[in-house]
Parts: sequence; structure tokens; C-alpha cells
Amino acid sequence: MKRLLLVAALLCGTAHADTIAITGGTIAIGDGSQPIPNGIVVIRDGRVVAAGANVAVPAGAQVIDAHGKWVAAGIVAGFSSEGIVDGEGIEETYDGAAGKSVFNAAIDVSTSINPTNQSIAVDRTWGVTRAVVSPEAGNSVFAGQGAVIDTGADDTPVSKARAFQYVELGEDGANRVGSRPAAYVMLHDALAAAKSATHQGGDTKNALITRVDAAALLPVVEGRMPLVVHVERASDILQVLSLKQAYPGLRLVLLGAAEGWMVAPRIAAAHVPVIAGALADLPEAFERTAATESNVGRMEKAGVTVAISTVDVSTEGGQRNLRQYAGNLVGIARVPGMTGLDWGTAFATISSRPAAILGLDNEIGSLRPGRRADVVIWDGDPLELSSAPVAVWIDGVAQPMTSRQTRLRDRYLNPQEGALPKAYEH
Amino acid sequence: MAREVAALGALILLAGCVADAPPRSASATPASSSERIVEPWKTDPFPSTYHAYPGVPTLITNVTIYDGEGGRIDGGSLLLADGKVQAVGRNISAPAGAIVIDGTGKWVTPGVIDVHSHLGDYPSPSVKALSDGNEATSPTTPEVWAEHSVWPQDPGFSRALMNGGVTTLQILPGSANLMGGRSVIVKNVYARTTQGMKFPGAPYGFKMACGENPKRVYGDKGREPSTRMGNIAVDRETWQQAVEYKRRWDKYEKDGGDPPSRSLAMDTLAGVLDGKILVHNHCYRADEMANVIDMSKEFGYHVTAFHHGVEAYKIADLLKANDICAVVWADWFGFKMESYDAIPENLAILQKTGTCAMIHSDDPNGIQRLNQEVAKAQAAGRRAGIMIPDEVAWEWLSINPAKALGLADRIGSLKPGKNADVVLWNGNPLSVYTRPDRVWIDGALMYDAHDPKRRPVSDFELGQPGEGDVK
Repeated sequence: MKRLLLVAALLCGTAHADTIAITGGTIAIGDGSQPIPNGIVVIRDGRVVAAGANVAVPAGAQVIDAHGKWVAAGIVAGFSSEGIVDGEGIEETYDGAAGKSVFNAAIDVSTSINPTNQSIAVDRTWGVTRAVVSPEAGNSVFAGQGAVIDTGADDTPVSKARAFQYVELGEDGANRVGSRPAAYVMLHDALAAAKSATHQGGDTKNALITRVDAAALLPVVEGRMPLVVHVERASDILQVLSLKQAYPGLRLVLLGAAEGWMVAPRIAAAHVPVIAGALADLPEAFERTAATESNVGRMEKAGVTVAISTVDVSTEGGQRNLRQYAGNLVGIARVPGMTGLDWGTAFATISSRPAAILGLDNEIGSLRPGRRADVVIWDGDPLELSSAPVAVWIDGVAQPMTSRQTRLRDRYLNPQEGALPKAYEH
Repeated sequence: MAREVAALGALILLAGCVADAPPRSASATPASSSERIVEPWKTDPFPSTYHAYPGVPTLITNVTIYDGEGGRIDGGSLLLADGKVQAVGRNISAPAGAIVIDGTGKWVTPGVIDVHSHLGDYPSPSVKALSDGNEATSPTTPEVWAEHSVWPQDPGFSRALMNGGVTTLQILPGSANLMGGRSVIVKNVYARTTQGMKFPGAPYGFKMACGENPKRVYGDKGREPSTRMGNIAVDRETWQQAVEYKRRWDKYEKDGGDPPSRSLAMDTLAGVLDGKILVHNHCYRADEMANVIDMSKEFGYHVTAFHHGVEAYKIADLLKANDICAVVWADWFGFKMESYDAIPENLAILQKTGTCAMIHSDDPNGIQRLNQEVAKAQAAGRRAGIMIPDEVAWEWLSINPAKALGLADRIGSLKPGKNADVVLWNGNPLSVYTRPDRVWIDGALMYDAHDPKRRPVSDFELGQPGEGDVK
């Protein structure tokens, strides 16, 4: 998206030159700060110029009145399959796991993003402006390389291709390759092949991994690409943290980590961030026996950088429900014995945090100056169930607020047919 | 709902048979072998042993009350005693010995009812050894009863109670089969046995399924049904057998002689034809619901509710005309082909049309937040111009599901004399920031956020890291 915009701006000169000032709303910057009443957000050329209480409206700016509303950073879905499947159970459309492929780590999910996918369109109208998109593991512990996308109504969805490598090392990994120890053998073999490819000009003949898969792991070993590891159990988390001894360059990210609270100080000390399952509180697997809604709050308290995702909870409502999960984390702070988050931190877990975890927070995830202008005007508190967006900008471009869902709603608001069948109402 | 079941074709079919027999509760004494067998589908071989736990007369004051039937009292009070709601109003004085709770800033509602849960038959942990929700070995298994799969130690029950204020739930077989088996309605109270959770005297439900799941499961096995037309054909063949079975029993009741041979599968279907067992039909698409409605008329039974009716909004008028409830999610969509047309305004459009509608979970996470799901559905309606007051939206969690379970005379609202299933919320229960503060079931305090001893810990979690969600 960025490159296209730059090109467009150079060629046309005017495409995004307009300055927009959104005034009077409660500002949610997304960087962990608390909401700012009666603030101003200024965007220009697809970027945020300024946001806060004492921001001047530039001369000539188009002014949008947001009094009584909230103006927030766009939501960043922390871990999703946005754009790579038209429906989880519609297998013909599914580009998540490649069980039939001989390749794994080299798989690049950015090649399958369909920006006209209906999940993208729906989530866009609900203020989700970016999404971390990951493949799922097939018959290897390596799922492949995930991407960060925008949800804009245009043909350039990929914000960052090959943003991370995704690997399964808990129960899911064990089920794919036989056992947890077998998963580690596969991991070490592959990383060794990657290193050997670096030092010896691509010699992977003694490894079980293919040449292209080993090459895809080079940036992981060298720390140029984050390695997102799905584990849930406390002992698995510690095992993953210890990988840094063998591979000091690894930029580890934990996904899930339902039992993270049990070893939170160790995760914090290792400076490993976590994309957690937001409210996963059921011992749905033996590796999640200690699951609790307080997990995120406790890890945060221990100093871990935490984002949230729909991992381990229901995903059928779409990524738009991340705001509901974040709101619950604020709510449980009032329940005796539970640990939640304050509002600013909760909102950060669905905006700047996932961006920061993948090293993209200078570009997306907040309304701090210079970030891409992903801005949402909400008719109320974005985490509250009664609220909805009234306007969405992505890269400074105003987005349509309709989707196939709103079209179906309009068609059937009165279910009865008129003079002609419903098919003629459009 | 039960009293309406005898309507439509059932009346015609049953004329002169047992339609006039007084209804017997499911907790009636089991028929012993020495008695003459009468309508074997009415026997109760696994009777409830649930009893209300001890309660203390309790007066909650200064609260906002949604009574579950569309009523609202601001600054209200609620008195519970002897397991029942005693009084609801503005000025209620505390009887001697009553506990008085000042609920300033809090809300009171009836306990949440989930008509579609698989807690217990698909429990946590989700391991093969505990996967007991689908008897997926035949497309029609009306002979199986969900209660024989329910593991009463599912940790999910406690989460539904403490986070969701759920006091009653219907546990259904899964949807692999066209006819999945009988449901069981339970109190959300841990017990050593499933009988100890069973809602005394509740009618049985019968789970049916249309659409993708049965045709996929059996099509993959290379057998009928592998198509939607196969689904309906197998259903109709089976209903025809049930009609004949019931006819034989009715003749025997009238004329005596040797009792007909008994079939547990046909017993369940005869119970449906008799209006004693309520049909809960998993069905997503509008056109398929219409087919099922016609089929029910053909064989003389009534569909109480379509569950997962994501396209119910398209035929809200048809459902209303046939007195069928729509049981739906707030915003689940697109997770399979038959959910592709789901919209968040479904509940609101149904409400506007005057169709019986309600929320459900079908999910051990979703059941913890049904109040929030209602809030989203209400808000979607408001933005579409359908204004539904909070206290009316709450019917989707209370009196409407109570009707669908045939229990509206006992639960689902805070009318004096009803079971004291009550949630005290720590704020507006349609806000994302609100959680249950206390939950009573039959007047007994079963959860108190302020008292670690008043929260249940399942056997499974005892001695495991953390012992439950609040550690």
C-alpha cells in the first residue's frame, strides 16, 4: 500500500495531499495512553501529522466535527486468516494450511491475500484496518511466512510480506510430526540447515528440509525476521525461551501462551513479547490446564509486552470482536481476584502492540505523528458493545462503510417480498 | 411452548388418542415391569435428583431490574426466599432474618438461559476420550440421550456461571446426525451425577439437523444422505415409521392385547408426535427451514425452534406464522457456506416482525458472554432503525428461551412464585465492562465474586495449576 501511495502521490501530486482535521472527539491514540477528551487529529498525505489535546488545525484543512464521538487508531488484528479463506468451513477456498505441499517454511501467505474477501470488507466497516495474517501448519511444524495487510478497499492489501515465520511447538506441533521432541528435532534440523546454507553456500543435502525452506529460515536465524511460536503450556514456553541459547539471533514471539502467567517474569526477562489468546479461560487442552482470563493482565503486570488475538477463543464473529475482548479485559479489573488492564493498555493490545511485536509500530498501530493514517471515528467508546464506526480511513483514504452484510440487511429489513422478488431489490 | 405443541397437524393425527390425557411431567415414576406399559415415551427412567441448595431470605435494594418479560424497574428491590421470587417492586421491606444487599449502581436480571450448549458432552479438555456429542454412526439416532454423555465435571459449567450468569442450559447432541437424539436441561449446579443437575420436570428436547453437517458426515462415508434432498428423504422415511409405531401403540392403548414391540428410537419420535418432546432443529438457511416446516406438517409434529437460524431474518414472517422460535448468534458469520448470509441485525429484524427470537451460544466461550451478544444485536438493530429497549432485549436471554424449553412457568422472569434464579450484575449487563457480582439458583447463592468459597471448582481442576479461573 505504501509504495502504491508514494507512486500515486508522485504521479498525481494531489491524491492524498488534502489535510484533514478531525476535531472535538475523544482521542484514543493506541500507544497505551489514556483517552484524551476534546482532541484533534490531523492527517495529511496518508500519514498522521498530529493527534492530541493541543493540536492546531492547519490552515486550509478539511475539518470534520467529531464532538460526542471517539477518534481512534485503527484496530490491528493480532493473528488471523483475513483474506486467505472465504469461510473457515469452505475448504475449496482455504489457503491456510498446505498439507499437500512438500514445502513449509518457504510458504509466503502474502501471495494469497484477496482484498475483496468478505471478511475483510466486514471487518473494515468495524474499524479493523490492519491484520496480521498467518498460514497454518500442514504436515510440518513450520507453517510458513505470515504477512501484515491493510483492509482497504483497493487492490494492494499487503503492508508487509514475509513479516514473520510461524512455527508450532506445542500440542499442535506434536500432533503434526509425532511428539514434542520430534518437533524440536525438526526445528533444530531446519535451523541448522539454514545456518549451513548461510555459511556454505546453500548446502542442505544432509537435512530433511528443502533448499527453499532452508533459505526462508535464514532471516529467522539471523534475527531479521521474527519467529512466532505457538505454545500454551508453561513448560513449553520455557523450552522455547531456552532456544535463544542455541540461536542468540532469534527474535522470538510467543503466540497463545495460555499458561504464560505462571512463568511471566521469565518471559519478561527474556524480552519476548506475546500475542495472547484474549479471554481463553477454559482448560480446553491439557496444555492449557491453567488457562485464566487474568493471563493477559498478569503478564502485562510482570512487564511482558502483550497483544491479544482471537487464538483459543471463538473466531466465528470475525476479527471485529477483538474490541469486545479488549473491553472485557478492562471489565475484569473490577472483579475481585482477577487481573485486567486499564483502558489505554487494553486498546494498545489491539492497535500498537501487535504492530510493535512485529517491528512495525513506526508505521502502523497508533495515531502518533508519522504513522499511516488509519483512523476510525466511532459513535462511542470503541471497546463498548453499543458502539460502531461511522467513518474509517486507511492510509488516509476514506473507506466505504458498506459490505455485503449491510446490503443483505437493507434488502431484508422488511422480509416480505414486494411486487417483484427480493432479487430485484438492490 | 409445550401447550402449543399439540396444535397444527398433531391435533388431527392424535384425535381420539391421547390428546386429552393430562400431561405428565418427565419426573413421573418410572414404569415398573409389572405394570401395563402406557405410552412408553412418557416414562422417566433417569429421574432428576436435583434439589435446591440452602438459601437465606435475601432482599436486594436500589437496583435496576430487568424482569425478563420486558419490564424494567429503576431503583427497585427484589426479595428471594424459599427458593422463589417473593416480591419485585420499589418498596419492599426485609422480613426478619433476611440478608439485605444494597445494590446501588448494580443491575438485577433473571438468570441467563442458554438453549444450545454442548457443555458436558463436548467438555474441556477437548480430548477424544471425552468427545461424546455425536453418535455419528447412523444419520438417525433418536434413541440416544445427551444426558448419558454429559460429564458433570466439565470446567465449562463454572465459567458459564461466574462470567455469564447462566443458571439453566439445554445440552444437546451434536449436528452430525439428522436426528441427533434427546437433549437434557440442567441447572448450572455441579453435582456428582448428571441426574443431580437435571431440571426436575423439564420436558425433553429432540435435536434435529439440516444442511451441511449430516450430508457431509454421511456422504463422506459413502452413504445416504449425501445431499440436501437425501437429508429430507431420510427424515421422512423415519417419521413415517414413527407415525406407524405410534399408531400401533395407540391401538394397543385402546384395544389392549399384546403390547407392540418397543423401540427406544421410535419412543423419542412418538414423544415428539405426542407433543411431549420439543423439537430443536439446527438449520441455517431460509429455504431449508421452509422445507422442514412442510415436513413437520406432513407428519404432524411441531418445530419448537430453529437453532443457528442465520437466515431466519429472511423468513421472519413465515416463522411467526408457524409459531416457531428463531435461536441465533449475534454476529457469527461466514465460517461455513450455510452461514455466509448471516447479518448482525438478525435478532432485531425478527423482533420487529414479532417472531419469537433468542440468543444462544453453541460454544463454551460464547456462553460466558451471552449478555454481551445481546448487547451487540440490540445495537445493530438500533443502527438499522429498530429501537429495542434494554429490558425488552433481555427477553432474548430469559423468557423467550424459557418458552422454547417449555419452562416459562418456572423460569425466565422475576415474577413472584417463579424459581429464584437471579443475577446481580456489577453494572449495566449490556456493557462490555460488566460481570456478575452474585448468582442465585433456586434462591441459593451459588456464586459470589467477593467470596472465594462461593465459586465452584470442578473435580478436574482440583489440584491442577490454579484450580479454576479465579486463582
